Amino acid sequence: MKGFSLTRKQRKNLIRIVVALALFVVLFIIDRVRPLGEVFSGPAAWVFPFALYLVVYLLIGYDVLWRAVRNICHGQVFDENFLMCVATLGAFALAIYRGATGQTIEGFDEACAVLLFYQVGEFFQDYATARSRRSISGLMDIRPDYANVLRGGKAQRVDPSEVAVGEVIAVNPGEKIPLDGVVVSGASTLDTRALTGESLPREVAVGGEVISGSVNVTTRLEVRVTKAFYDSTVSKILELVESASEQKSKTENFITKFAKYYTPAVVIAALLLAVVPGLITSDWSVWVYRALSFLVVSCPCALVISIPLSFFAGIGAASRYGILIKGSNYLEKFNKADTFVFDKTGTLTKGNFAVTKIAPADRAGEVLRLAAIAEHDSGHPIARSIVARYGKEIEEGFALTNVAGEGILAERGEERILCGNAALMRRYGVKFAPEAGVGTVVYVAKNGAFVGSLLVADEVKPEAKEVIADLNAMRCKTVMLTGDNEAVAASVAGELGVTSYRASLLPQNKVEEVEKLLAAEGRQGAVCFVGDGINDAPVLMRSDIGIAMGGVGSDAAIEASDIVLMQDDLRGLPLAKRIAKKTMAIVFENIVFSLLIKLAILVLSACGIANMWLAVFGDVGVAVLAILNAMRVNSKYTAKKGASLPREAAAE
Amino acid sequence: MKKVFKLEDLDCANCAAKMERAINKIDGVQAASVSFMAQRLSVEADEARFEEIMDQIVHTCKRVEPDCRIVR
Repeated sequence: MKGFSLTRKQRKNLIRIVVALALFVVLFIIDRVRPLGEVFSGPAAWVFPFALYLVVYLLIGYDVLWRAVRNICHGQVFDENFLMCVATLGAFALAIYRGATGQTIEGFDEACAVLLFYQVGEFFQDYATARSRRSISGLMDIRPDYANVLRGGKAQRVDPSEVAVGEVIAVNPGEKIPLDGVVVSGASTLDTRALTGESLPREVAVGGEVISGSVNVTTRLEVRVTKAFYDSTVSKILELVESASEQKSKTENFITKFAKYYTPAVVIAALLLAVVPGLITSDWSVWVYRALSFLVVSCPCALVISIPLSFFAGIGAASRYGILIKGSNYLEKFNKADTFVFDKTGTLTKGNFAVTKIAPADRAGEVLRLAAIAEHDSGHPIARSIVARYGKEIEEGFALTNVAGEGILAERGEERILCGNAALMRRYGVKFAPEAGVGTVVYVAKNGAFVGSLLVADEVKPEAKEVIADLNAMRCKTVMLTGDNEAVAASVAGELGVTSYRASLLPQNKVEEVEKLLAAEGRQGAVCFVGDGINDAPVLMRSDIGIAMGGVGSDAAIEASDIVLMQDDLRGLPLAKRIAKKTMAIVFENIVFSLLIKLAILVLSACGIANMWLAVFGDVGVAVLAILNAMRVNSKYTAKKGASLPREAAAE
Repeated sequence: MKKVFKLEDLDCANCAAKMERAINKIDGVQAASVSFMAQRLSVEADEARFEEIMDQIVHTCKRVEPDCRIVR
């Protein structure tokens, strides 16, 4: 089984546990059949079972004893090794006390068992942590192992960090592209799924840029390296994911702080529990035993381990969908996000112009053909969108004259095409049907007669409406910011269903708008700003959470933002929100669950109902359960409940 | 200057938290973070005194969690 691989240390521990457990079981059974305390009689009868159990105890616990002694020498008193030693040695001492005072000889088995189960629990805890760590970093399986650099006409296999900028590397089908670069020979299909979560393959040809971390699928490519390994996309992303767990969440800081006081508090409570009722009832052995159980539950490990693990799993789960979260603290804050501020152009819209309407509809082909003739020589985005929409061979032989600020005049013999705005039509006295739609209107006339009009506007991203609705359904405010005029803004805002919008903003006004939202009275949630990261770095930084879209290859966006959507797909937002929500729910569950169990065991052992066995479960058992619970974060997600993204199916 | 080190055999999350607290108390350390999950230590400290501070950090690590080794 591939998943069941142990380190050398783990294997050694496992063998030790199995041997000790076997010995213990044999001893335990013999003890039940023929009580070991009765083998010899007299006041020293306890020595025989004590000696036998001591062998098991030392076998299973020598490292714990050693660490406890060593840590005390270093001034670290309240660590779990010490507490386990005090609890188990205390149990031994109690058993000896009973034996020496002539009571029934019992309790040696318990001391051994407690330590044995502690070790089993530690083993599982260690294994589960290592396992989850591996499965999460396995999601980010983008690190290239080697590069085939072409030197002196031959391909050499070297470490990616040894390749200099300007060298040419060969990438065979099936290999990862190790460094960012430009294709110099070959054309192929790239799989960027591990990098962006995008399942659609990308085509590249000579001159095309390739990003490290993507996989070459079809044919051999030669790539001129443009960035050294440590500057390449793959290194940057790995660094980002790995350092994400260093940015600690408030919850995590709270728990570690709590742990700092929890242990000494329980130890003091244990002392009091032993001494006070002991003095009153003078039934010392009962109360000391109960106090010892206290010590076993006083380790805070279950709590402390499960919180960072949950966050780590959450960040890992998000990275699987091409969502990079730069720290646990952002994941925590994102769960509280209730205001999403969008930059319109390039975020909610594609940022390119397209013909959205042609009137009248029955002459659409003719309108488009004539407009394309007039506009085909212009570099203006509007002109290009018309030519792109026409997409056919354009008739030649027209003389084009540019009428500044109004449009274009195209002439060939008797034919005379006018293509431009309302002012152009009026100048030539053409009667036209005004177009009321939002965007830029281009009117077309031929030989003095009006033919029709084209409406050119920025295209809204296909998923934008669904995402806005989804966010609104999550009770989030959605705000659109744009530099466009009121009419355009109102129309797009209406189409998308955003809660509110601000129009005619200059870049610096966007920061002001976000600051207004940040300063809003009674604000509880976090304010997110979503932008394409190109020229909105100040806003990304100023908002509570800056989210940059389409982050692949854009260093500035990755730098300035807190969450990066590697893929230019808005559906990452509700998806990230769900992951954040689930992570925080699991964090909360783990805190409540661990604390409640610990508290219950403390109360039960104080009343004498719980024994030390249960107390061990309260320590390591709870830790293992909390770890398993944390791994649930790493399950499947969909952007919308019930709906599945195409990339989702491919991510498996 | 900020540097990142790998940690070997960092076995317990509470020890990681203790280590982080202890390292942050060292004179000259501006910010330090120990990530139990990533098994990493990141230290931000005076560039001029970095090596000396790192020696102290290694020493502290030995005291708090002797099993854990900082890979320098």
